[in-house]
Amino acid sequence: MMTTSDNRPAVSTRSQGASSNRRPPRGNLPRRELLPRRENVIGWLFTLPALVMYAVFVLLPLALSIQYSFFRWDGIGEMTWVGLKNYATVLEVPDLLATIVNAFKLVVFFSFIPVSLGLVVASVIHRVATGRLGAISRTVLFLPQVIPLVAAGIIWGWLLALPGLINQVLRAIGLGTITRAWLGDFDWALPSVGFIGIWVLLGFCTVLLWTGMSKLDPALYESARIDGASWYKEFASVTVPLLRQEIGVCLTVTTIAALAAFDIVYVTTAGGPGNSTAVPGIQIYILAFTQQRIGLASALAVMLMLLVLAVILPIQRLTREVS
Amino acid sequence: MLSKRKLFSLIVVLAMLLVTVPMPASTSLAQEPPSCGTDPVTLRAYFETGFDLPFRLAEEFTNQFPNVTWDISQDQFTNLINSTPRLLSGDNPPDLIRLPTMVSFANQGLLKNLDGYAAAFGWDEWPVPQLDQNRVAEDGTRGSGTLYAMGLNYSLTGIFYNREQAAQIGMTEPPATLAEFEALLAAAKDAGLLPIMQWGSAKSGMGLAFPLQALMASLGPVGPINDWIYQKPGATIDTPENLVAAEHLQQWIEAGYFPPDINAIEYTDANARFGQGEGVFIFNGDWQNAGYDTDMPGNVGFFLMPPAEEDGAPAAMSAPLTFGIAANAANADCAAFFFNWVATDPVARQIDVEVGGSNPGGPSGLEMPAVTEGSITNETLAAGVIVGEAGTSMDFIANATSAIFAQGWTPELQKMVGGRQDAAGLLQAVQEEYLRQLAE
Repeated sequence: MMTTSDNRPAVSTRSQGASSNRRPPRGNLPRRELLPRRENVIGWLFTLPALVMYAVFVLLPLALSIQYSFFRWDGIGEMTWVGLKNYATVLEVPDLLATIVNAFKLVVFFSFIPVSLGLVVASVIHRVATGRLGAISRTVLFLPQVIPLVAAGIIWGWLLALPGLINQVLRAIGLGTITRAWLGDFDWALPSVGFIGIWVLLGFCTVLLWTGMSKLDPALYESARIDGASWYKEFASVTVPLLRQEIGVCLTVTTIAALAAFDIVYVTTAGGPGNSTAVPGIQIYILAFTQQRIGLASALAVMLMLLVLAVILPIQRLTREVS
Repeated sequence: MLSKRKLFSLIVVLAMLLVTVPMPASTSLAQEPPSCGTDPVTLRAYFETGFDLPFRLAEEFTNQFPNVTWDISQDQFTNLINSTPRLLSGDNPPDLIRLPTMVSFANQGLLKNLDGYAAAFGWDEWPVPQLDQNRVAEDGTRGSGTLYAMGLNYSLTGIFYNREQAAQIGMTEPPATLAEFEALLAAAKDAGLLPIMQWGSAKSGMGLAFPLQALMASLGPVGPINDWIYQKPGATIDTPENLVAAEHLQQWIEAGYFPPDINAIEYTDANARFGQGEGVFIFNGDWQNAGYDTDMPGNVGFFLMPPAEEDGAPAAMSAPLTFGIAANAANADCAAFFFNWVATDPVARQIDVEVGGSNPGGPSGLEMPAVTEGSITNETLAAGVIVGEAGTSMDFIANATSAIFAQGWTPELQKMVGGRQDAAGLLQAVQEEYLRQLAE
């Protein structure tokens, strides 16, 4: 939550215009403090409902999770203080640690591929398909965002099954030897789940990046072309650097989606086969609700949160500090 | 000063107190069994989605006792596992709830102690194994001690087969030994048929736990397996007999007796595909009887897993369809009366067999309800008698702890299918996980 709300200023300052990328100079700030107190109070009153909701539904559960992570507790009876033992357990039990490794593998599929592919697709749409064709292709790519992930997961489960459509197509084009139960295969289950992630997130990245591109000054491209820049040169030297902040937002959102993945994985494989797609989200759920080990589940959740912050904060820093 | 009238009222009140006070405390439970009374009662119940039986029983119960109405919620079994502790410990706990597991809830004091009801209704005199699986001792082991739940019926597992395909591979009668059964599996493979349909996706849990446990009971005694499930001190699943059983299963996997996509097949898909003729055999329980009767009428048969030795007795997993009463339930007496009614009322027993497909249990000497001719239920009920007489019934190895299925059997058996785990490693890994969970 913290990181996504941090994104917003990045987007809005960007959208104020390509030329004024920087925040207002600091010298303006003290004037705010001179505002009459009453207005300050009214301002706080307006934000109060949102603040209360945020405190009750985000900050309080966060604090409670941190508290629980130091106890052994079944969710009902007495809580026993165990200090850092739950954290040590997470690091000692190989199955728990393996879920974190799987989460990082998912980052490749949920984040790197959709963002890089999204850049290419958006720039193609931006350059080639400007009219109705562009609108249609953007809509088609964005559609997966509209479908509930659980429904999408179930449908992908059918498509990827051994008797499913994907294998039927492969057989029809003479690739019968590579057919398999994609979600039940040790080597292919994680990439298959990752593929569903690409399908979901590509549209989001494409639309966001395309919006950024359409706000860039056309004069920049014009001068690049006059200088004889190739498509690739134009892409690498004009588009990507100027879209730094949009790319940052895409990376942030998709990386969180990968590290905190639950719904797609739970609906398609439930962590199988043999824990090969088990991610921290699934493990936290099983520990907390099936095994009633609230303390251990909370410790894993806190570690996941720290991990997400450790990955996201550098991305934020890197993409916001525009020279 | 008190007026005469007031004085009179005071005397009347004191007299009433004297008469009524000693009454309720002592013996009413033992003398007259609890019931639902005659005042309106609303039973709050949590049932499992997809299983008609409790709903039909509830309907019939209201027919016979119109003062009782129902407030029924339902959820999938896997969700029930996760929500039961919160439902039981909540402010408005259910009078009646389907229990996926029970030891931890009993230890946490969330379930009503049913010993008083057992004495009042005479459940103690029913044939012994029925109630044992629902007893929890003070040290947390199952199988003896206080009664915390009742079964609406008693399921039985074994091997269902496709009659047409069985005839095709020359099976004229059910195999008498494990060797005969394995010869049939090989014959099915040679004939180009799928020998065994089974499910194995982590979403519904690994169905290979069924043939594995059947092999364990075929090759060794059931006692140590039950001890392990009941969490008896020192019990282990990693025994020499079980190792041989796991090796047989590994050979079956390597011989291609199961579908190649088993790790992605869910429970409902496996049964649908078996109903469409994919698979000569399937290891399953009698709760699926109605489904098989519908999907393949007249074409489905059933036999118990044969013993390894010719003079051995067949064994089977058998478990009560367990329901409990929350410790703080508002209408516990009425819920207990419902349990007794299900096991003893002729109409309820009929529904139990027809809809549930399983033995209704209850006191010995009650007549077994008639079953539609040609239904597979006739065969499963007859098999239940054999297992009952031999005393070779077991609970499910998947039920040993609340998470042993999700965290132990399912991933390790999936690894075995994928060639990443062998028989010895499987038992060792599950035993380690079991000990880790018990240590919590």
